[in-house]
Amino acid sequence: MIFEHDVVIVGSGLAGLRAALEIAPVADVAVISKVFPTRSHSGAAQGGIGAALGNEEPDSWEWHMYDTVKGGDYLTDQDAAEVLATDAIRAVYELEHLGVPFSRTAEGRIAQRAFGGHTSNFGEAAVKRACYAADRTGRVILDTLYAEALKRGIKVYSEFNLMDLVLNGGAVKGVAVYELATGEIHLFKTRAVLLATGGFGKVYKVTSNCFANTGDGVYLAYRAGIPLEDMEFVQFHPTGIYGLGVLISEAARGEGGVLRNREGRRFMEEYAPTIKDLAPRDMVSRAIMTEIRQGRGIDGRDFVNLDLTHIGKDRLAEKLSDISSFARIYLGVDTATEPIPVSPTCHYMMGGIPTDVDGRVLDERNAPVPGLYAAGECACVSIHGANRLGCNSLVDLVVFGRRAGKMIVRDLEHLERKEFPETAGTDVVRQIETLKTRTKGERAAAIRGAMQQVMTDHCSVFRTERGLQDALAELEILKERYQSVCIDYRSDSFNTDLLDAIELEYLLGLAETMVRSALARKESRGAHYREDYPERDDDRWLKHTLIRRTDRGPEISYKPVTITRFQPKPRTY
Amino acid sequence: MIDMNFRIFRFDPEKDKEPYFRHYTVLAEPWERLLDCLNRIKWEQDGTLAYRMSCAHGVCGSDAMKINGRCALACQKLVKDYQGTEVVLEPLPGPGFPVLKDLMVDMAAFFKTIELVRPFLNASGTPEKERLQSPEERKKVDEVIRCILCACCVGACPVSNENEKFVGPAALVQAFRRIFDSRDNEKDQRMKQLDYPDGAWGCVNHFECTRVCPKEIPVTKSINLIKREIQKSKLS
Ligand SMILES: Cc1cc2nc3c(=O)[nH]c(=O)nc-3n(C[C@H](O)[C@H](O)[C@H](O)COP(=O)(O)OP(=O)(O)OC[C@H]3O[C@@H](n4cnc5c(N)ncnc54)[C@H](O)[C@@H]3O)c2cc1C
Ligand code: SF4
Ligand code: SF4
Ligand code: FES
Repeated sequence: MIFEHDVVIVGSGLAGLRAALEIAPVADVAVISKVFPTRSHSGAAQGGIGAALGNEEPDSWEWHMYDTVKGGDYLTDQDAAEVLATDAIRAVYELEHLGVPFSRTAEGRIAQRAFGGHTSNFGEAAVKRACYAADRTGRVILDTLYAEALKRGIKVYSEFNLMDLVLNGGAVKGVAVYELATGEIHLFKTRAVLLATGGFGKVYKVTSNCFANTGDGVYLAYRAGIPLEDMEFVQFHPTGIYGLGVLISEAARGEGGVLRNREGRRFMEEYAPTIKDLAPRDMVSRAIMTEIRQGRGIDGRDFVNLDLTHIGKDRLAEKLSDISSFARIYLGVDTATEPIPVSPTCHYMMGGIPTDVDGRVLDERNAPVPGLYAAGECACVSIHGANRLGCNSLVDLVVFGRRAGKMIVRDLEHLERKEFPETAGTDVVRQIETLKTRTKGERAAAIRGAMQQVMTDHCSVFRTERGLQDALAELEILKERYQSVCIDYRSDSFNTDLLDAIELEYLLGLAETMVRSALARKESRGAHYREDYPERDDDRWLKHTLIRRTDRGPEISYKPVTITRFQPKPRTY
Repeated sequence: MIDMNFRIFRFDPEKDKEPYFRHYTVLAEPWERLLDCLNRIKWEQDGTLAYRMSCAHGVCGSDAMKINGRCALACQKLVKDYQGTEVVLEPLPGPGFPVLKDLMVDMAAFFKTIELVRPFLNASGTPEKERLQSPEERKKVDEVIRCILCACCVGACPVSNENEKFVGPAALVQAFRRIFDSRDNEKDQRMKQLDYPDGAWGCVNHFECTRVCPKEIPVTKSINLIKREIQKSKLS
């Protein structure tokens, strides 16, 4: 079928929904999503949303901006960080007005807690900046924005999968979409498309991310010739439940939890003497891996303990109840009396589709691609630089989702819904036919498992030239194997087998961009740690990586970082 | 690793006249989730099997199904607790959840009832900063905001299973969230809306919903509080 809307938003997490709310009063906007909106991964966010409200102790947006820049190891674009830090305050009040049930202070204001890398007075001491609703902050914001979208009658197409961007002469004219229920391929003709498809933690074996996080929007933009920015920067969250990767939010440490090694020692005191367990995630993850490598994991094994026992039963029940229930359900651990075994888990992608501060997608010459916008984890503005601070994603989603919405409204004046190419969607039809008719070959799961292992072994917390070269070589082989990927189910309705196989193409493609970008960057910065180049090297590497698909293969280039208020300094905590 | 035996409800509307059960055996670690087993079955043995899932840790609400007769999330149940037994997996039961394929059901009617209770805050004015709400006021909704709209409660509720018109426990939990939110000013209207036989009064205290709720929300208690508020408002 052919659908027509002024604007199509792909993704119904917080970024997509917030943008939709902005556009709905003035234009015909539709949201498509591969999962029902309240199933989006934004709902998994636990700990909080960052804004310098100063409800618990003095705070200022400048400190928030500084922390964001320093947390990002100075790769953050400072104009964007300034927008984030200043607008965060308005954005959180707005969420409260829409009905988000934030936890409260005794005075009835929004409650705030400490979080990794949030400091007062430019790094002096930890500060309570994370606004929270117990440990289900993302969940209740998602419910609230979805309800708001309902109230405004915004059209949502659930279980519709984006399969391709439709371009004409460099401008985006619509999207090709696969409907899960029927197997039909629909074309959406639009004036503007906003990608809000989230992250792609599924590139790794152990991740806090959901199964839907396969980077569809990011890969499809790349396949369409749009460069990807800073793909080497992958956040490993220090505290995933050992083995499963299920997240134990930083809020656990914000509320006083500490990490301990086999000797029972609070080892973060050595790595970050000032803010200890509340150091940024890249540093804490490296510290954990170092402890493990030096034989100080629990019982000499590959995990450490997160100790919440001193927080007290009541406070755990009030502030960290979901986390406590995860520990109980998955480990049989009572957080009030026993520590939680944890190890780093792939959590967040700092890199993605390059945009300006208004959500416009930028091409390799830094010029906006007409009709294409991106927001949320799939975008790289870049606020998070080389390492995102906790609570800065949720605020990124609502601040930049809204700004993208506003920009689209402004741009609609000169964007037209015409010149939709006749060949649109034919590639998708062919792709699906090929998969459905191939009868011999290998299952997607085997190839995906191998890819996840390669990426985990060579492109995680620590990286080396040798390991990355190996990864690249192995990915080449896996891409070759993918050419004969074979599915079991060939019918039209609810063919999740087919979609699994298609998403694997995306994951493999993105893995390659990550490894290539990591190989090229011969320094250590934020989450990208090269054991063979352990120092940050501002003279050569204070720049964003861009990787672009060309006929000659992937090409890497660089673009400058915007620095306004804060000159790069050594990063210690 | 242990051998796990599954009997799984299968139905493909394109091919099958009748639903049937299919047996699978899969190796799993005791600490893994039943969802991990399902994934292994689908990815390694039989790609034709269909079910929904996403977060894999009980926060998105996708994988509600009947597990050995009880509505639950496959991602919250561990292999070790089913060792040595055959695990029977069926779709969410009841007239409100027509089977689409295998373990996937049509959730449209469920979400319609949620929409019915207008699950959004209605408050007047926009102060410069946040609206004030005391911790005690906020505490009233502390449990219900855990709801992930998984529909386990509705699948388990004997009334919902008999009477499709009953608004059902999930929608009542959503209504509770606004009725008891001190910031909302449509309380009276909301209660009036639920004051009918298939509304709040449809619930006859079976407690099944409370027993199955994967987020441990005191569903029945919440419904009873709504009933009490309705009564109170009628008296005054
Ligand atoms: C466990 C966990 C806890 C977290 N806690 C915090 C926290 O406390 N604070 C914080 O700031 N950040 C936190 N984060 C990070 C933050 O939650 C995510 O970065 C953020 O939610 C991403 O939001 P999004 O709107 O970009 O995308 P998502 O919420 O991931 O949504 C993506 C959307 O895109 C859709 N989609 C994807 N592909 C397609 C396709 N092909 N076709 C159609 N639709 C598609 C999906 O259906 C979905 O609706 C956490 C992350 C995790 C994993
Ligand atoms: S308590 Fe009410 S809603 Fe819950 S199962 Fe019983 S009848 Fe249904
Ligand atoms: S009340 Fe519990 S069982 Fe019912 S939908 Fe919500 S989380 Fe699920
Ligand atoms: S997969 Fe999300 S609740 Fe089970």
